[in-house]
Amino acid sequence: MNKRRLKEKLIEWLFFVNGMIAVLVLVGIFILLVRNAFPGFKEVSFWEFLTTSRWNPDAYDKETYGFLAMLASTGMTTIGSLLIAVPLGVGTAAYLSDVASHRVREIAKPLIEILAGIPSVVIGFLGIVLVGPVLAKLTGTYNGLNAINGSILLAVMALPTIVSLSEDALNSVPRSYEEASLALGANKWQTVIKVKIPAAASGIIAACMLGMGRAIGETMTVLMATGNAPDFPQNLLSSVKTMTATIAIELGETAYFSTHFYMLFTVGLVLFIITFFINLISDIIFHKHMKMLK
Amino acid sequence: MPNMKPKIKIKDFNFYYGASQVLKRISMDIQPTHVTAIIGPSGCGKSTLLRCLNRMNDLIPSSRPEGKIEIDGQDINAPSIDVVDLRKRVGMVFQKPNPFPKSIFDNVAYGLRVNGIKDNRLIEKRVEASLKGSALWEEAKDRLKENALNLSGGQQQRLCVARALAIEPEVLLMDEPASALDPIATAKIEELIVELKKKYTIVIVTHNMQQAARISDSTAFLMQGDLVEYGKTSDIFTKPKQKMTEEYITGRFG
Ligand SMILES: Nc1ncnc2c1ncn2[C@@H]1O[C@H](COP(=O)(O)OP(=O)(O)OP(=O)(O)O)[C@@H](O)[C@H]1O
Ligand SMILES: [Mg+2]
Repeated sequence: MNKRRLKEKLIEWLFFVNGMIAVLVLVGIFILLVRNAFPGFKEVSFWEFLTTSRWNPDAYDKETYGFLAMLASTGMTTIGSLLIAVPLGVGTAAYLSDVASHRVREIAKPLIEILAGIPSVVIGFLGIVLVGPVLAKLTGTYNGLNAINGSILLAVMALPTIVSLSEDALNSVPRSYEEASLALGANKWQTVIKVKIPAAASGIIAACMLGMGRAIGETMTVLMATGNAPDFPQNLLSSVKTMTATIAIELGETAYFSTHFYMLFTVGLVLFIITFFINLISDIIFHKHMKMLK
Repeated sequence: MPNMKPKIKIKDFNFYYGASQVLKRISMDIQPTHVTAIIGPSGCGKSTLLRCLNRMNDLIPSSRPEGKIEIDGQDINAPSIDVVDLRKRVGMVFQKPNPFPKSIFDNVAYGLRVNGIKDNRLIEKRVEASLKGSALWEEAKDRLKENALNLSGGQQQRLCVARALAIEPEVLLMDEPASALDPIATAKIEELIVELKKKYTIVIVTHNMQQAARISDSTAFLMQGDLVEYGKTSDIFTKPKQKMTEEYITGRFG
């Protein structure tokens, strides 16, 4: 065997090992979560976890581990953030891919990438000192640390993902569709909205789902900006404590191998499963999209 | 040339992609209700010239027209011209059939809707008329809601013609509209073109000499961006003035 073939084989093998390690780590994390989650259910009924909303590990008489309040909190901040980020993100992607001049695009794209690189703690800080006070003034609430504040910040964080992947999806639409539309006297906006977005729909949906995965898993920002009240949220102005925030706040101060400790792992496991499936589904949709365009 | 008032007047027209000049001092008058064919070897600038007539090349950054193209006496590159308006008047059918991934009906209705027509009865009437105009109505009338991509290639191309006709343009540009089609579908498109010229000014790019001879009234022969010869099709094909033209149409090169 000559040298080049050997080198190719070696590289191939390296990538294979790399891939296997990634899979093993994933499986390892899953097993770790499961093993640390299960013992909790010796003390807590599975039913209580799934169907009640009171999460009170420090209760004087009986600790309760209802999961619904934090699920609703995560759901609320996530959906809120998507309501903001999807129209804004897809609109921005449409503008950048089809309407903006070359100059605007050259300036805007690096800016969006920078946005993606801002540490979440900085965004959380802005939530406290900027978004919070503005919200408080607008809505007449105490400090503006609530679900909608979290949604706004999460939208900012999901935006770069949604914009850049949606733009990729729009750019992968065959040029012939665009030309056909323009040749029929449609303007650029009509072309992107009526022809390109529908043709790129699956790619855009995948982009939004990845943005959603980002929003669900985000911790520091929501921890800082949503007020962390453990109650079931009443509305978007309620202070909420998401699944991620609960784990981050409580895991450090709980005794190892206590019921509380195990139940926090259960929350982590649920989070893992949710994000895993969101990523999986968006991946499947995205590949369908790519195949369809061929 | 015939003595009608020309629909399109091209005068000393140059076109550049970046630094390379692909059209050189083209001057020609295109007659209304005529089929004008543009022929020439690959890469000579046929598509470029055609796409200058509805300013489709605007999409290509760093491309640049120079000189004049007038339609009904209006300079189409003048700043006052709204390119969207221009494209409503100058329709285009592309080389590869490119229907939208929408229903047959929505494909034809698209141009009407983006032009602000909301009256559904009017849209239905125009869709039917356009599909009849492109000889697709009989085949498509029972499947208007079906995805256009289910049609055969030839049907798709006739759908694209219908789509272009729906907004009632004055000029119809066609870039090798039959090159992706089989002989039967090609014959149908050719028949259609001859029928359409009664109402429209048609400019067609073709690689197929017989096709140009069969359906066109005037023929322009381009080579490397130069308009070598332009005249009545019967003259070009029977007594070309230029040696190059003769060599090309008799298939000695290109
Ligand atoms: N977008 C572009 N950017 C740069 N050069 C281009 C572009 N499009 C075409 N050209 C060049 O311009 C010249 C004319 O191209 P054009 O497509 O008009 O030729 P054509 O006569 O239509 O050829 P064909 O018969 O192969 O379709 C060619 O040399 C081509 O390489
Ligand atoms: Mg061409």
